[in-house]
Amino acid sequence: MNQELITANSLTKSYGTKIALDHIDLSVGHGRIVGLLGPNGSGKTTFIKLLCGLLHPTSGALKIEGLAPGVETKSIISYLPDRMYFADWMRTSDLADFFTDFYTDFDRAKALEMFRALGISQNERIKTMSKGTKEKAQLALIMSRKAQLYLLDEPIGGVDPAARDFILNTILTNYNENGTVMLSTHLISDIERVLDEAIFLQNGKVVRHDTVDNIREKEGKSVDQLFREIFTYGR
Amino acid sequence: MNWKLTEDRPIWIQLVEQLTTLIVSGIYASGSAVPAVRTLATEAGVNPNTMQRALAELENRGLVETRRTSGRVVTEDLTLIQGIRRQLAYQRMDEFFETMHSLGYTEEQTRELLAAWNKKEESV
Repeated sequence: MNQELITANSLTKSYGTKIALDHIDLSVGHGRIVGLLGPNGSGKTTFIKLLCGLLHPTSGALKIEGLAPGVETKSIISYLPDRMYFADWMRTSDLADFFTDFYTDFDRAKALEMFRALGISQNERIKTMSKGTKEKAQLALIMSRKAQLYLLDEPIGGVDPAARDFILNTILTNYNENGTVMLSTHLISDIERVLDEAIFLQNGKVVRHDTVDNIREKEGKSVDQLFREIFTYGR
Repeated sequence: MNWKLTEDRPIWIQLVEQLTTLIVSGIYASGSAVPAVRTLATEAGVNPNTMQRALAELENRGLVETRRTSGRVVTEDLTLIQGIRRQLAYQRMDEFFETMHSLGYTEEQTRELLAAWNKKEESV
């Protein structure tokens, strides 16, 4: 268990001549809530997709529980993509069936309970859901798996502040204790309190990786303020 | 309990302060069980590891104890609790005198004013 959950060594991904991730070295342990922070185009989604095995590294190595991303690692990762991937004729109950079929670690009762708490009816079709409701429904499904690694790509982008609080609470109360949650966002001030550590990405490089309290202690300012300073435009 | 967290300081330190207030004020009574880390973390909307760190610090200071059978409890050492309570009260008073000083009152004038002050009549 003292092995790190994620290790990246000189991890690089380029799309043609465009370098999305540039020699990333980092490790993340178990039982952590980690923020992947950076402006648009800094490589957050690319890193998450590499972890999911949806993309392959151009060079360098990426290991999850000591394994390269593949069939074994997919079974321990619960991934919330930045885009909905379900057919829009599906109802909430179909989604729960779908997840029951696909994932052995899916807790159906827990998902239904979360749908209830979020006020999402079992008969509601994706087609008629608002953008925020879709996000909430997806998150409920993702967090109802007992995974080792939860990868949430912009989980709070499209929802109102009240729902945002609910979602953060959902993340706090539902992640598996040994599991790690990695979430990407640029709405830092909202999530800062729930994070153990923050990884700052800029132009495909890790410019800072530290715990939130260390950053506050050293800088005397919040992670949000530090972010604004590091990523100031027009300088 | 209303948890208030500010931007500029480490979260765990702020949690230590607020938990200490809960204990010295008797809301978490001496000898009673401290809520579980996860419960407290959810209530405060913070990471469980951060809350854990705050509770570990309270344990270091002797304000809470971990018992094998009953989990975390508030210390039964009333002298310690009263001592810390007194210390916090002195800090508040220091701040008060400083504020009064910035209004141009000497310490003596402040004491006189305070002694003669009838809250109901004169508060605004």
